[in-house]
Formats: sequence, structure tokens, C-alpha cells
Amino acid sequence: MVATLVSGVAKEGSSLDVTNVTKDFAAQDRTNQRTLALDGVSFSIAAGEFVSIIGPSACGKSTLLRLIAGLDFPSSGELRIGTEVIIGANAERGLVFQDPNLFPWLTVRRNIRSGLVALGVAREKNHEVDDFIRLVGLEGFADVYPHHLSGGMAQRVALARALITHPKVLLLDEPLGALDAFTRMQMQDEVLRLWQARLTTMLLITHDIDEAIYMSDRILIMTPRPGRIDRVISLDMERPRDRSHPDFLRLRSEILQLLDFGRR
Amino acid sequence: MRDGAPKVKELADANRSAETNSPILRPPKPQKREKADSAPRPAEGIRRVTLLALPLAAAIALCLHWLAAANEAAAEALLYTYFLSGLLIAALMAIAVQPMWSGLRGWMRDSSPLITAAVVCLVVWELVTSVLHLLPLPYFPGPAGVLSSLVNDSGVLFDSTWHSLVLLLGGYTLGVVVGLISGVCIGWFPYARYWGMPILKIVGPIPATAWIPLAMVLSPSAMFSAIGLIALAVWFPVTMLTASGISNTRASYLDVARTLGAKRSYLIFNVAIPAAMPSIFIGLFMGLGASFLTLVVAETVGVKSGLGWYVSWAQGWAEYGKVYAALLIMAAFFSTIMTALFKLRDHVLAWQKGVIKW
Repeated sequence: MVATLVSGVAKEGSSLDVTNVTKDFAAQDRTNQRTLALDGVSFSIAAGEFVSIIGPSACGKSTLLRLIAGLDFPSSGELRIGTEVIIGANAERGLVFQDPNLFPWLTVRRNIRSGLVALGVAREKNHEVDDFIRLVGLEGFADVYPHHLSGGMAQRVALARALITHPKVLLLDEPLGALDAFTRMQMQDEVLRLWQARLTTMLLITHDIDEAIYMSDRILIMTPRPGRIDRVISLDMERPRDRSHPDFLRLRSEILQLLDFGRR
Repeated sequence: MRDGAPKVKELADANRSAETNSPILRPPKPQKREKADSAPRPAEGIRRVTLLALPLAAAIALCLHWLAAANEAAAEALLYTYFLSGLLIAALMAIAVQPMWSGLRGWMRDSSPLITAAVVCLVVWELVTSVLHLLPLPYFPGPAGVLSSLVNDSGVLFDSTWHSLVLLLGGYTLGVVVGLISGVCIGWFPYARYWGMPILKIVGPIPATAWIPLAMVLSPSAMFSAIGLIALAVWFPVTMLTASGISNTRASYLDVARTLGAKRSYLIFNVAIPAAMPSIFIGLFMGLGASFLTLVVAETVGVKSGLGWYVSWAQGWAEYGKVYAALLIMAAFFSTIMTALFKLRDHVLAWQKGVIKW
């Protein structure tokens, strides 16, 4: 287990199918109207694929992620992991937010371990905790409380905590959004390394076009009000990718055009 | 020896750092600030003023007492003389020993101003009562009278303290257990909230002592009714703050836990309750204060033992020395329990250290 965890490739990912998903919310005022957050969203992600979703604020990205996580239910449509329909949240789909949301009352070790405790397998799998602490490079910080950690370190703990239950899909809701530019680039490599070691299916939501191009196999571009998948871009550049390569830059300006931020 | 040792010490300090030495040279006002600031810092020396103030105060107290002792009962006066002499000797010995014992020195630097202030209070008390007779007897005995009550009646006082402790811990524990259970239920389950909240809001604010007439009728013994009343007094703040802590658990903690595969029991016991702990402890402290009040009232009214009972009994015999002795015991007793709860909080909420200022 340790070997596959750290060096070899364990194919842990599972495919994800989103079919014609719609989600509406009751409006905040008394008009009885309903706001459509997602309108007929459909896409598929292959097992072990790394997919990013980019789009302007309030385009329903986070709503979509909550539906996939099982924290919310679609108004219509269907979501499947492999062949199973998603009903409610479980450890199959890990979730990492922009805020690491570490439990402040637990040390780093116990935060990472909390998934095992929640599943009731803490005793059998306790040895994995140290593997994961090593995996995210936090040896020496195991017994520290979260408020002593920097933003990047806290996010590593959050990643380790989400991965220790061996999810089939890892959902990342702007996980690096609050980090400074350098830490962010470093963490991008970190996430890629974790992904390549496990081949967990990754779905990353981001505002950062460079991040999406640097990391993903495919990019889904969403448009707001109501949220729809507007365009899908496949990338077949080799990893590690060069952020200043002409192809990289061309793709970047293409996406900017699509999002209506290009030079007019 | 006694005088020489600190001087040598001071010289050494002066060589080591100008900073520790400088407060001596400063004008009084910043000096006072420096004293407060330097308390937590593990500096080496103690200022001579701090060191000598306590024995000086004790000596003054002793002299004043000798002056007043002529008008007092011999036994009373002698006991207080022993007490003050003991204090003086202990202070002098501490000064002699402290250059060799850094633990004692640190403690002295922190505590000796406070102890000195307490001795000054004794002096003022003695002056106002036994020396100048400004306050009427028997309501205001001097420190010697109170001390002799404390010593002579120590058996009964000890017994009363023990009874109070049993009553207090019984009632407090019961109130906390019930309060935590009802608080978690009200905070977590919407049904429990719907039905529980009105009861809490209507019954809770009634001071527990207002139930005394009912409790006397309902309960088979005064002991039981007192425990019940204390429990009721504790139950309200504990329930209220537990419920609010639980229902204010950050939704994202719960979301994260759910995606880690958490079931409801994990969400309640491993997420909501730890997240609510700071709020729960506020409830525990408020409950403790309420329990002290209820305990004393219940003992004064119904129960025939305990410190509250002792105070009203001594008052009935106009033995005010005993009243003050019991109040002293009460102060020590309650503040010890309060300190124990603070220690528990420090232990349970150790993760908050550095997040918020206590």
C-alpha cells in the first residue's frame, strides 16, 4: 500500500457522468420566483482524468460541485459515479474548499486521521496517517494545531485529509485561490504529483486560467445565469507544462477571448 | 547574610544586562508599569522594593497589633501574633533563600506585591477596628477575632465546607449532565428545538431560588430539594449556550465531515460538540456562578448544614467573627472550584491558545 501510495500508480479514480442536471433555488425576496443556477448541464469525466471548470463568478460552479459531492440535490437530471447514482455525501467523493476548513480543535495528525475515524477504520488503517503526512511533506508538524500553519501548509493538510479515505473523485473548489502566487504554483505541482500517484479523478474549479491550462486534461468553460457548459477544450500538452510555451500562451488568449476578456 | 545576598545578586544583574537594572533608576510612574509588564517574563532579579515590602508590612502589622492587644482577649491576641510573626519569619526566610532558588524567586516576583497588599489591608482593618474603634462591635471584629473564630471553630467549619461541597458538586454535576444533553438536542434536532426552546425561554430565566417554596413542598428532604434547585440553576445557562454553540457550528465543517464519510453520530460528537466547546464553557462558568448563589440561599433557607447555614447560624448568635471566618472559607472554597474549572478549560480548549486571548 505504501509503495503504491508514494511511488507507483494506483488507479483509484472512477468515471463521473453528469446528465442534464438542473438546479434552481427559491429567490431571496417574496416574489415566489426561482433562480436557475444550473440549466441542463451534461458532461462526462473518464476515470483518472483531470478536468477543470472555469467561468466567471456566480456561474454555478460551486453549486455543481456541491451536487457532485452529494451535499445538495439536483432539481432534475442525474449524476453518477461509475454506474452508481449519487445520493447524499460519502467518502467516495472528497472535497477541498478554498478555506482549508481544518478542524481547529484537532492537531494536523488528527485532522488527517479524521476521515478514517468517521469511517470507523481508524484502528486498522492508522499506519496510513504517517504515510499521508509524509506524502504532503508535513513531517514535524504532525502534532501542531491548525492555526500555527501557513495557508499553503493548511491546504496540504486539507488535501491529505481528503485523500486518506481514497476517494474515487476529488472535488477541488478553488483550493489554491487564497494562496500567494509562488505558493500557488508550488501547490499546483503538489496537486499534480498527488494526482499522478493515485490517478484519482480530479475536478478542479478555478478562476485562474493559467492554473487550468497548467493542470488539466480538459477544461470546461461555464457561462452564468443560468449556468451552462459553454465549451470544452482538450489539452494534449506534455507534463510538466511550460507556462511560457507559445502553445500555452496561445491557449490562454483563446480562453480569454471565449470568456469575453480578449483584446477587442 | 540576609542583607548581603540580594546585593550581590543585584550587582551581578547590573553586569549582565542594563535592562533589568534600569527600572530602579526610573521615576515611579513608569516603574509601576514595568512591574506589571515584567511579571510573566523570566527575568533574573527582583527589585529590592518588591523584596522588602512584605516583611516591612508584616512588621508594621505586628507592631500595630501589639499596640491594640492590650484591649483584646489574651488568647485571641496571641493567635494573631503567632500568625503575623510566622508571616514575618517566612518572608525573611524567603528573602534569604531566593538567590539560590529561582523557582521561589519567580513566584515571589509575581506574588509578593499581592501578599503585601493583603497584609496592608489587615493593617487597615486592625487600625479601624481594634485600635481606633471606628466601627461598632460586635458587627465588626478585628482580624484577631476572626482568626481565632477560624481556628477555634475549625471543626464545624470543615464539616460545613464538606456538606456544601457535596451539595454543590451533586447539584452542579446533575445540572451540567442534563444541560449538556438538552442543549445538544435543542441545538441539533429541529423538533427538539421547536418544543424545547419555548420551555427554555419561559422556565429558564426564573431564578432557581424562586422555586424554593415549591421545592420544599415537593421534595422528601431539604437536601434533595437543594440539589434539584442548584441543578436547575446550572441547567439553564448550560443548555442555552450549548444549544447556541451547536447550532452555530460552521456549516463547512459539517460539509467536510460529510464528504469524509461521517455519519450523524460523528457529526454530533466529533464536529458539532468540539466546535461548540468554547460556548459550552461559557455556559459552565455561568452555571457555576449561579450554583454558588443557589447553594448559599438554599442552605440559609432549608438545609441544616453547610457554609450558608453556618453564616446565618453564627449571625443568630451575634458571633460575627464566625460569620467573617465562614465568608473567608467560602471565598477560598468557591475560588478553588472556579480555578479548577479554568484549569479544565485550559486543558480542553488548548487548541484555542494563540487564536483568541483568554
